[in-house]
Amino acid sequence: MSLGTDREAAEQETEQGTGVTAVGGDSAKPAAVQIHGAHKSYGANHVLAGIDLTIAPGQVAVILGPSGSGKSTLLRAINHLETLDHGYVSVAGEPIGVRHQGDRLKELSEKAILAQRTRIGFVFQNFNLFPHLTVLDNVAVGPVAAGRLSRAAARERGLELLASVGLEDKADAYPRQLSGGQQQRVAIARALALEPGVILFDEPTSALDPELVGEVLSVIKDLASTGTTLVVVTHEIGFAREVADLVVFLDAGRIVEQGTPAEVLDHPTHPRTKDFLSKVL
Amino acid sequence: MSPTGRTPTTTQQGPQPPTSAAPAAGPGPGAAQRVIPLRRPGRWIITVVVLVVLAQVVHGLVTNPFYQWDRFQYWFFRPVILQGLLVTLEVAAWSAVLGLLGGIVLALMRLSRNPVLQAVSWAYIWLFRSVPLIVVLLFLYNFSALYKSLSLGIPFGPAFLTFGVTTLGTDMVIAIVGLTLNESAYSAEVVRSGILSVDQGQHEAASALGIPRGYQFRRIVFPQALRAIVPSYVNLVIGLIKSTSLVFYVSLLDLFGTAQNLGSTYSGDIVPLLLVATVWYVILTSIVSVVQFYVERHYSRGALRTLPPTPLQKLRGAVRDLPARFREGAFR
Repeated sequence: MSLGTDREAAEQETEQGTGVTAVGGDSAKPAAVQIHGAHKSYGANHVLAGIDLTIAPGQVAVILGPSGSGKSTLLRAINHLETLDHGYVSVAGEPIGVRHQGDRLKELSEKAILAQRTRIGFVFQNFNLFPHLTVLDNVAVGPVAAGRLSRAAARERGLELLASVGLEDKADAYPRQLSGGQQQRVAIARALALEPGVILFDEPTSALDPELVGEVLSVIKDLASTGTTLVVVTHEIGFAREVADLVVFLDAGRIVEQGTPAEVLDHPTHPRTKDFLSKVL
Repeated sequence: MSPTGRTPTTTQQGPQPPTSAAPAAGPGPGAAQRVIPLRRPGRWIITVVVLVVLAQVVHGLVTNPFYQWDRFQYWFFRPVILQGLLVTLEVAAWSAVLGLLGGIVLALMRLSRNPVLQAVSWAYIWLFRSVPLIVVLLFLYNFSALYKSLSLGIPFGPAFLTFGVTTLGTDMVIAIVGLTLNESAYSAEVVRSGILSVDQGQHEAASALGIPRGYQFRRIVFPQALRAIVPSYVNLVIGLIKSTSLVFYVSLLDLFGTAQNLGSTYSGDIVPLLLVATVWYVILTSIVSVVQFYVERHYSRGALRTLPPTPLQKLRGAVRDLPARFREGAFR
């Protein structure tokens, strides 16, 4: 994966962008993902109640929390599938979905947001593969639609990616002919096709039979070792312990605790975290 | 049921005689014995009853002199009838295509986030579903009395181009416009329901990949929506083919109009002439139904794990397996 060059390109773009890079100074690398004061409510329900989070380039961040704690909303806000009421997210120093205008944030055009999303991969709980396209076309459609690669080149690249998730022999199958684990591996290959600097995983193994969880997690582990920044919402504590650089525990729309797996998983300080871990482990 | 499912059993029977093989193959007695399906004598009795009734109906149709099958034969391929058929086909084909395009535009307006577009689309659908087609056609026919000319130019300002309505509106154009206006209203709802049937996750996945809006619609959403659209739309097209008989009232001689006209001249032949028109409509509908089967099959790629066999494949499979089924005693 040529992620290095991609990231450098993203940095160059941010230098022309507005003042966010100033936080770390010009010489420092901007954070891969930075969440600034995120607030979001649905009616009276305060799903995100002020979240600030910084994920460094190459880090694997695992977001834990009970259901309804705002994990998925937070993840979806990173690539602007969910809009925030207050605050914003920046990826590689570039604000996503909004731009600064004076001291206010203005939403970008849909076209600009779609262009930003090509630099952020997203893997869904329910895979959401395109059922009418073959596995190979599922992987190739992103770069072709973005106008980055010709159809032939995208298919060639798609075959390489399918090989990297161990599915090159399924290129001509349709998604519904595959097992859940295989479908999720295709979904990961589809996200990788755009060579994103950050990949977001929304409970990638929650819809899988227990014996299929391993194959998907091992693909994600391989990815982690390539230095791609990953943000993973999951209930797989074992995975978090093994792979995560940063574990974030969310409850009622707030970050209760964050740190290394050893800190958060083995020596939780907050009673809410202790309570949750005692139930999950 | 499926002919392919049966083949392994028959191939196994080839090398080994069934009498000695059955007990030897299994680990214990009875383990490998074939299960003989339940006999269903009631099914045979019902089949015979239905066939007898059908034969009676056909016999009545053929032997009743009222139908005058010799006159039917005389008229069926007359050039004047074929001329009418051509008009029917032309009007139906144009209205079906333009009606679908209009329906897609109206459905997209209805689903857009712009409240004005939504309201206009809703009002159009409401209006044209409420007004009878025959009224729309007669209204258009008398259009030239209401509006003397149509102009292209700045709204409420000067006109650049002006057409006399009478030069634009040939009977054929009036018929196609009328049917299209009506068809669009119905197909808009069919298209809209098809688009809504596509899972929200598909829109999200396409957005997450940054796929531009137009590309999303053409390559991701619409092909999946078509699976739901095709059966309902074919239903509409079949209705449309028969609605074309109304264009007779705007003095266009289609299949029905021709039969009706000839019937008033040759008054003794009115029944065979109506039969001629009916049989042609049945043929058109049948062709559309066959096309529907293959179009549906095309758009079910990926939705089904394996595509169902076409009727031809089924027939070939059944004929191929016939001797084997006899040997197995399926017909005893």
